[in-house]
Amino acid sequence: MMRERIDCDVAIVGGGIVGGSAALFLRQAGLSVTLLERDWCGAKASGVNFGGVRRQGRPLEQLPLSQRAHAIWGRLPELLGTDAEYIRSGHLKLARSEPDLASLIDYRERTQGFGLGLEIITGEEFRRRWPALGDRAIGGSLCPEDGHANPRLVSPAFARAAAKLGAVVREQTPVDRVEKDGDRFVLLSGDALEVRARFLLNTAGAWSWRVAEAFGEPVPLESLHPNMAVTEPLPRFLDVNIGVEGGGVYGRQVPRGNMVVGGGRGFALDADRARPQRDAVLTLMRDAAELFPQLRHAHVIRCWTGVEGYTPDRNPIVGPSRTTPGLFHAFGFSGAGFQIGPGVGQTLAELVTTGGTPMPLEPFRIDRFTPTA
Amino acid sequence: MSGSLPPVIVGAGPAGIRAAERLVAAGLRPVVVDEAARWGGQIYRQPPDGGFTRPKTALYGFEAGKADAVHRAMAAIRDRVDYRPRTLVWNCEAGALDLLSDGTSETLPFSHLILATGATDRVLPFPGWTLPGVFTLGGSQVALKFQGCAVGRRVAFLGTGPLLYLVAYQYLKAGVEVAGVFDTTPFAAQARATAGMLRDPATLAKGLLFVGWLRAHGVPIHNGVRPVRGEGTERVEALVWRDARGQERRTACDAVAFGLGLRSETQLADLAGCRFRFDEADRAWLPERDGAGRSSVPGLYLAGDGSGIAGADAAELAGERAALALLEDLGRPVEAARVTELDSRLARIAAFRRSLSAAFPFPADWADAIADDTMICRCEGITAGAVREVARSGQAREMNRAKALTRAGMGRCQGRMCSATTAELLSRTLGTGPDGVGRLRAQPPIKPLPVSAGAERREVA
Repeated sequence: MMRERIDCDVAIVGGGIVGGSAALFLRQAGLSVTLLERDWCGAKASGVNFGGVRRQGRPLEQLPLSQRAHAIWGRLPELLGTDAEYIRSGHLKLARSEPDLASLIDYRERTQGFGLGLEIITGEEFRRRWPALGDRAIGGSLCPEDGHANPRLVSPAFARAAAKLGAVVREQTPVDRVEKDGDRFVLLSGDALEVRARFLLNTAGAWSWRVAEAFGEPVPLESLHPNMAVTEPLPRFLDVNIGVEGGGVYGRQVPRGNMVVGGGRGFALDADRARPQRDAVLTLMRDAAELFPQLRHAHVIRCWTGVEGYTPDRNPIVGPSRTTPGLFHAFGFSGAGFQIGPGVGQTLAELVTTGGTPMPLEPFRIDRFTPTA
Repeated sequence: MSGSLPPVIVGAGPAGIRAAERLVAAGLRPVVVDEAARWGGQIYRQPPDGGFTRPKTALYGFEAGKADAVHRAMAAIRDRVDYRPRTLVWNCEAGALDLLSDGTSETLPFSHLILATGATDRVLPFPGWTLPGVFTLGGSQVALKFQGCAVGRRVAFLGTGPLLYLVAYQYLKAGVEVAGVFDTTPFAAQARATAGMLRDPATLAKGLLFVGWLRAHGVPIHNGVRPVRGEGTERVEALVWRDARGQERRTACDAVAFGLGLRSETQLADLAGCRFRFDEADRAWLPERDGAGRSSVPGLYLAGDGSGIAGADAAELAGERAALALLEDLGRPVEAARVTELDSRLARIAAFRRSLSAAFPFPADWADAIADDTMICRCEGITAGAVREVARSGQAREMNRAKALTRAGMGRCQGRMCSATTAELLSRTLGTGPDGVGRLRAQPPIKPLPVSAGAERREVA
């Protein structure tokens, strides 16, 4: 069989929301792009996550990227031709105790100037605005412009929009070998395809460590599996995306009425697949019904999980390789990559086209886990 | 200690009961888990306790003797099995099942498991199929056997497969007017296939008897039919259909019972990690099993229609055969002559089944005629057009992707009812064979699970 050969400016490994959005912004800048996806674009963590589009609660160092992403989320129909069920419903983080409320107030103070517009709401006002939550929280912090979206629709749409602008998008195309030959990266998929590119973006999610390792940058990336469940459609009782200070269960109700809840972890079937775990499922149902009594008589119709890469400090790895010019990494979002993804994609495109970015990427250096001598 | 765990059987139909009987005979005390309130499965489903007085001859017709024998077999071993009726198995994970019973979830570890999970109707939609009064063949039969009522006063029977004639016959016997039998199979195909069925003259005779009996009672039987639409406002009032010559015709009725054979309930086998293969005859992905019922997972056995449609007689034999395989694998003595006999009888049924598939071929072109605005996934309200669109635009080339993009198969039934349709629409739009679009990944729970079960959890000692 003749091996197909593609020469381009930028090769991208991984068609999730980061790789897909990077491809889109690179095409907008006029560069030639080849995106290789082992599965289907947006079918892994980008497409099966909870669907929270949330800045609130992120560590401060992520907020510039998160704000950049927020602007992109506001332009989805223009960029993707679909709103992908994105709603700026607000994200309400609940405080169930005085210390938790103090912690939310503290977060609001520390994030002044980032533009989150957080409002602390308590007491009568809290109960008036969210009667459905009853007295199970003493108050909460609302980020009015946060929200939620349908990840199954958003994430594939980025790659599709990139393809529409002329990016070469190859699905079911695993990268078996990647190396640098002079000033060109060479990617091989079996015997069928060879891609040569000046730049390489490593956006392969939980599997990104393979590409990083190929260039002498081992990373302590761990695969974990957030556990999620969805109920049958119920009468609307909740209009905000809900989180709880200190962790635990989270939930959102889609306009159709289904309640999506998350909490706990699934288990790995193998390196590529994961499944919800019985104890996590039962605990999630118990906790969700405790927080949302509206669910007590409902049924869970589906549980699921995904394969997501986690770093030891739960911050992602974003930025240039420390060993190989022209290589940029963006992975390890540790369960919080969906909202920030398009902002990271745009930043990668910026790094490639301009050689720099105003985004502070120091906290996300790939070599931060390497012990210094 | 996995060695000391009792064997577990899921399903108390003909396969599950015969498996339990054989294990009990070997001195074991199996756990038998079943969703129904009483044993018998779908085919030999019993009416609820109390107040239902129709005799078995009326409930099961020609099959009354077999139904009775299966019921008695279970009654005879009742005190030697750990019988769990009204219990849903909602998950299989890491060598244990998760059971739901009386709203409480319980984890049941196993070392040896026989899955006899049965089957449900396979359907393809047609315009009007969601009207009140339109039922599946199996559903219509359950109404008769379990609820003691008919789905209508004047019922049209549509589709293909042995159940088509059987249910029409049972309805006629129960005093319901049968508006007609509308068989999708061309007459010639059935006649050709009859030759193969001569291998099992008794079954063939029974089939011919149903047809003869229906004809003798003035029931019109039409071959080579395709549905055009169900008409009606509040409920179905007529079936509009196309005859073998392409002529559109209309038959007044107040109920339609339809189905295109059966589809195996394979989710548990999938969650348990069984390897699957595409079966041409059933036009479905099925868990692999050898002649004895061993799956690709050690200690896990498959019997009955849940792992390939072969009917109730085969299910009884396969249940017993799987139990013998289990006993062999436990190192217990089994009677070689019985094994040989079961194997040869199962082989004969398999040959007969092949003829039956030829006699009642799946009307694959039906899927092409489903109008774009016809709803194919009732749980989520997804149309045929939505599925075709993601295929045509290149966005989905397999089942899970189509589900992710359209929601088809994402609702309460998790694709159990609609995925046959989705597979046909996808594969025919893409021009692949029916095996070319994969199958939905199973996820727990395999049926809707009450949220309250999270708080009502029984820990296993």
